[in-house]
Amino acid sequence: MNDAAIMTRENRSFLSRMSDTLWRKPRLLLILLLTPPILWLGIIYLGSLFALLAQSFFSIDEFSGLIKYELTLKTYRELLVPANLDILVRTTLMAVIVTLAAAVVAFPIAYYAARYARGKWKAIFYLSVMLPLWSSYLVKVYAWKLILAKEGILNWLFEVLYLKWLLDAYLSLPLIGGNSLSVSYTGTFLVFLYVWLPFMVLPMQAALERVQASYLEASADLGATPSQTFKNVLFPLALPGIIAGSIFTFSLTLGDYIIPQIIGSSRLFIGQAVYAHQGTAGNIPLAAAFTVVPVIVMGFYLWMAKRQGAFDAL
Amino acid sequence: MRSDQSNRASTGLKLAAIAGLLFMHLPILLIFVYAFTTEDKTYQFPPPGYTLKWFAITWNRPDVWEALQLSVKVASISTVIALVLGTLCAAAVSRSKFFGREAISLMVILPIALPGIITGIALRSAFNLADIPFSMWTIILGHATFCVVVVYNNAVARFRRLSGSLIEASMDLGATGIQTFRYVVMPNIATSLLAGGMLAFALSFDEVIVTTFTAGQQATLPIWMLEELVRPRQRPVTNVVAMVVVLVTFLPILGAYYLTRGGDQIAGSGK
Repeated sequence: MNDAAIMTRENRSFLSRMSDTLWRKPRLLLILLLTPPILWLGIIYLGSLFALLAQSFFSIDEFSGLIKYELTLKTYRELLVPANLDILVRTTLMAVIVTLAAAVVAFPIAYYAARYARGKWKAIFYLSVMLPLWSSYLVKVYAWKLILAKEGILNWLFEVLYLKWLLDAYLSLPLIGGNSLSVSYTGTFLVFLYVWLPFMVLPMQAALERVQASYLEASADLGATPSQTFKNVLFPLALPGIIAGSIFTFSLTLGDYIIPQIIGSSRLFIGQAVYAHQGTAGNIPLAAAFTVVPVIVMGFYLWMAKRQGAFDAL
Repeated sequence: MRSDQSNRASTGLKLAAIAGLLFMHLPILLIFVYAFTTEDKTYQFPPPGYTLKWFAITWNRPDVWEALQLSVKVASISTVIALVLGTLCAAAVSRSKFFGREAISLMVILPIALPGIITGIALRSAFNLADIPFSMWTIILGHATFCVVVVYNNAVARFRRLSGSLIEASMDLGATGIQTFRYVVMPNIATSLLAGGMLAFALSFDEVIVTTFTAGQQATLPIWMLEELVRPRQRPVTNVVAMVVVLVTFLPILGAYYLTRGGDQIAGSGK
């Protein structure tokens, strides 16, 4: 009997002894759990990120076109050349406008879904935001190429409605106009807005779900007009969600280089500049310096968002 | 908003919501119309006629099949890697509090919070510095990195709901760590992992920005499409491919939705 007990104890597998050790030493378990992801993300991802940032402090030799490996801020000075500064301002401005427009367009959808949609309709609303969110980015851009093309549906629609003059008048405006919608800033803006809109709706809806109807009723009972209720009750409560959504719309617009390349005037955005400098020009330091700008802007943005409690709405 | 009408939406709100939804859906539906057009030189609307012949032509295109194959391979392998790394991370972060916990979750989110072009160019210059030749595996390296966050987000929500006493009970009853994982932890987190995996697959299948930097000569399906967007040569074939891609990506999204609905966090709400 005793023998048997000893036997089983000794036969207790290596596995179960290990399990006991891990149970007694949660630190060890934690280290085991975290090692693979830290190795992957910490070394491959953060490592290459830092390597890239480091390169922005090198410069390129104008004559040989080779990278000089000595620390300098020369590349950053190059960033402030009017042509490059233009790119930075243009991209940031576009990101701001797209974000604001996305917030305006998304609000009614999010608000309706959060407050009025029930049961089956709630699911339908949810899926009808999810499907565009997840459908292929390139297909969405392609769809807009079809829409904005000269012989495409939008021009056709304007013609059928006898409103061609309106479109032409709009296109003759400076800055936002152009030869056709597909080569104007308006076109770029529309595609950005379309592609990132679902990223705004979902966090906004999540924030609005938490606004209790009784707050709005109380506000109305106390004599607030609908616009006062919106301004003083609804909007402040939805703000964390709006900020959470804007992290996406802002960051994605800052870094995109495909949309402005396919639809828009030929003037460059940050992403295109990075792509051009690292590719044919081989000017990795300048490309790296360009990427530092969105990193800093996003870092600042995320810090602000955190202070506003936006991460709880993600 | 007066309280006596508060459970009825105003007409203005309804119209704005409907307009917003139409704006989100009509462009995708348009793709479906173009897949059947007889016009093959321009994007003429309305289409002069309708035909099914482009489907047959697309079917017989080896380059489309090769791109599709590569995309599926890359997405599958990246998903598996992301599942392992994401689950480990989620388990660690949700089970205990430790120094640097915030840093870990930030590190997981970073690849998706930073613009894709930064991830792309960072990896590319790192591959160049390390003399790693571009191949399918460099694409996977990039994809797995940003897919981790999707799995992580899904798994971490479920881990938080999984009560620690279940695991304690299992261990008290003499189960080994592996048995506990297999019979207690796994059944509890399986659907969230499946959902996370599907979303990771969809994310990788569609990714183009990072891929342009980490691919050599290989073309994934998005790269193939990008090529067609920049220099349109095969408009009708592109139309058909675009339509098929839309239909194919809908499946994992619907699947992930049905797997996690009713939970505290529905999968896919954060891409």
